[in-house]
Amino acid sequence: MIPLSHYLIVSAILFALGTAGVFLRRNLITILLSVEIMLNAVNLTFVAFGRVAGDVNGQIIVFFVMTVAAAEAAVGLALVIALFRHRESLNPDAFTSLKW
Amino acid sequence: MPETLVFYLFAGLAIGASALVIGQRNPMYSVMLLIASFGALAGLYIQLDAPFAAVAQIIVYAGAIMVLFLFVVMLLNAPQEDAAAYDRTHPLRHPAVTRFGALLAGLLVVQLSWALVRANQLAQPVAGRTDGAIVSSVRELGRVLFERHGFAFEATSILILVAMVGAVVLARREDHA
Repeated sequence: MIPLSHYLIVSAILFALGTAGVFLRRNLITILLSVEIMLNAVNLTFVAFGRVAGDVNGQIIVFFVMTVAAAEAAVGLALVIALFRHRESLNPDAFTSLKW
Repeated sequence: MPETLVFYLFAGLAIGASALVIGQRNPMYSVMLLIASFGALAGLYIQLDAPFAAVAQIIVYAGAIMVLFLFVVMLLNAPQEDAAAYDRTHPLRHPAVTRFGALLAGLLVVQLSWALVRANQLAQPVAGRTDGAIVSSVRELGRVLFERHGFAFEATSILILVAMVGAVVLARREDHA
């Protein structure tokens, strides 16, 4: 039988990979994909703890996280399209005109 | 033990595919690899007696959300990241600073794993204490969702409506405005 800590370690590694992706990649689409990796890492934690506690609330939170992720992807990608029209680039360094 | 083997197969697939997602420059391949990663996570959900989460993961994530990403990547004819546009003069991009950041990220993983291995309640098997039939029942899931989380469910539907309107407004061409 697989101990709970194994699932949590997989989740921690996935979350760290997602964080690293947000910081390392210079492409708006890949950054959004990294955010999805982080959301999925947290989902795995919820399902694993829900299984150990014998409680369906873990899966219900996963359901809500998925709907929020769908909304986030829709709005985020609409923003990416709007930004690409303005700058012809997906590099976040190209969108600094609000900063100074 | 086939169960352990399947766990390590899916876990390795999820981590490997996710590492490749952030490890390369072509966004098209990144989206495809992320679909593989989500499929592997759905396998882990099935091992955790969560068939509803697994099916929703494949239909909603690997199906709907990733198709949305693929459409945007192809619609924009998304350019690969070009190393020339990378601004190396920024003070935070100094090699020493970057190496320090990478060290901290590695340290975070080591610390988290160490803490998880040390906590001895976590060493119990996931299926040890409770019956899997309770959590795997979609009927029970629907009952709890609509009886106890009805307000959150309705709020989610408004959230999706707002996101839909927002996406249409944001992606509209400006010359019509």
